[in-house]
Amino acid sequence: MSSSPLLRVTDLTKHFAVRGGGQRVVHAVDHVSFDIERGTTLGLVGESGCGKSTCARTIIRIYEPTAGRIELDGQDITALTPHELLPVRRKMQMIFQDPYASLNARMTVRDLIAEPINAHHMAPNRAAADEMIFEMLEKVGLTREHANRYAHEFSGGQRQRVGIARALILRPELVICDEPISALDVSIQAQIVNMLRDFQQELGLTYLFIAHDLSMVRYVSDHVGVMYLGQLVEKCPSDEIYKHPLHPYTQGLLASIPIPDPKLARQKTASGLEGDLPSPIDPPTGCRFHTRCPYAMAVCQTQEPPLCQAAPGHYVACHLHPQTDCNA
Amino acid sequence: MSNLLEINNLRTSFLTSGGEVQAVRGVSLSIGRSESVGIVGESGSGKSVTFLSVLRLLASTGRIQGGEILFEGKDLVGMSRKELRAIRGNQISMIFQDPMSSLNPLIPVGKQVSEMLWSHHHAMPKSEQEQHTLELFRMVKIPEPEKRIKSFPHEFSGGMRQRVMIAMALACRPSLLIADEPTTALDVSIQDQILKLMRKLQAEVGMSILFITHDLGVVAELCSRVIVMYGGLVMEEAPIDALFENPMHPYTRGLLASIPSIDQDKAKRLTPIAGSPPDMIHPPMGCPFAPRCPNARGICQTKMPPYTSVGEGRRSMCWLLTPEAPLTDNPFKSGGEVWA
Repeated sequence: MSSSPLLRVTDLTKHFAVRGGGQRVVHAVDHVSFDIERGTTLGLVGESGCGKSTCARTIIRIYEPTAGRIELDGQDITALTPHELLPVRRKMQMIFQDPYASLNARMTVRDLIAEPINAHHMAPNRAAADEMIFEMLEKVGLTREHANRYAHEFSGGQRQRVGIARALILRPELVICDEPISALDVSIQAQIVNMLRDFQQELGLTYLFIAHDLSMVRYVSDHVGVMYLGQLVEKCPSDEIYKHPLHPYTQGLLASIPIPDPKLARQKTASGLEGDLPSPIDPPTGCRFHTRCPYAMAVCQTQEPPLCQAAPGHYVACHLHPQTDCNA
Repeated sequence: MSNLLEINNLRTSFLTSGGEVQAVRGVSLSIGRSESVGIVGESGSGKSVTFLSVLRLLASTGRIQGGEILFEGKDLVGMSRKELRAIRGNQISMIFQDPMSSLNPLIPVGKQVSEMLWSHHHAMPKSEQEQHTLELFRMVKIPEPEKRIKSFPHEFSGGMRQRVMIAMALACRPSLLIADEPTTALDVSIQDQILKLMRKLQAEVGMSILFITHDLGVVAELCSRVIVMYGGLVMEEAPIDALFENPMHPYTRGLLASIPSIDQDKAKRLTPIAGSPPDMIHPPMGCPFAPRCPNARGICQTKMPPYTSVGEGRRSMCWLLTPEAPLTDNPFKSGGEVWA
């Protein structure tokens, strides 16, 4: 069993009904498939509204999937009842973007971290729970003195440490990080990223790392998936994504990143993306990117390109690339 | 030529129940004509408050405690509300991070832009105002301006709303545009579009742009000069290339080291700045960065360092740059070179 991926997502689809819209739906996630090997990190990037967070929330079953299959450690968890899900949830935890909103302001740090321990009956008594909590606090760079404080007494970076402690106290195998550093200052981001990387090595964690900062995602991930309007359009080892981006959307996204070097910034020739994200209620026919693609051809307007292997380990959904080795 | 904006020893505080938050603690800087300057700092560094003080847009608890703000030679601090209103939006305009909360959701965007013209040019006939608004929409590249002028803010995407805000800010051809994190809430692809637009507009209109941001990448793309703020003070000021090539303050060095580049070596750990920003109710006695500074020594904790001039248009506030500073373990004095 150990050779199988820790997480396998097959054809995952999540549609939201449009209120008062009859049969119309928001195509938040459409036929997304990927694997995450044990101990590795998959980064998911894309513009807001591309479905990366919905994808994560559907995997952890906060949202009910519309179609598709989610397997954790070889077990199909797509249709488990809430009761059956409980032991599974211990194996997968989530770290959220906004540590201000995701921590209950009326609970002390101790109680915040004790909540998952109690929910999963991880400690026989309060003293044992406290022992676990203090150990965890020290691991995330806080002290036991912090245990009796409330979330508002902490800075953003410290709050995110509490959020991480809350997720890791259950010793999960899969941790879904949904923009864990986007709300933090630059100097603090590096602290949190280093800590997440240390935990991965020490505890053998597997991460699904969601962010819109492509350079940070490349740095923390082994593989990167690029999403556009609910679909996975490119997937490859993380170095490939900036060395040889194949999808025109990925290329545009890379060209849009401001370069923190004035000389290189002036030399920049590649142009960024034009226009806005179309509505996910009526996504464009064919390739969903064709309305903004500088290379769009006639076929792009009518036929949806499947995700195909264009180079070893490098998958892309684009008519510009050969469609011989496809998984659809 | 005299400076467009000159701030001398500005101090701004917020009087809260917890005590006096000293957000800006003696900031001096100047902005020339047709210049684009980046103001970089973390949250709480005082970068926004400095420029909210310029336009006196502080929250009700905010007070300018001292200093002067000279715009075209006139002091804005002592000015009456009425005099200031004639400058605000007319000669100095400002755009903010969140265009949704800056726009009135009940009024068509075109009307909101022409309101700007109306309030500063009462005599302008209505037809001319409309014509001018259309032109502004074309200038900020809003597609189908004749149609979009009648739309409401919620019918626009985030990027398009920011374009409306820019159109509004440029309506009276200001000589200074203050942009407070205008692209932080936007996706990179849209940020790129807005930055390109601002660069183009600056060339066309010839105004000065003050770009307040925490993103050094944005500054590198847009500005010719950078002012780095921390703990309510200017830490370092330098021309753009010089700052990135050879940062002369430990804080700037720390900031540059903590962002991964797109080709960052993955085997190497990032170098964060340890600790967290200071509490501005009880700011440190000495250098505000001393508690987090890898190079800090005794004097840094107790005494505020002076500014040292470190080349053309450059200054930095650090004890390690002063003539008395020791040469050993000094990152700024390799080879025994001592700054004047």
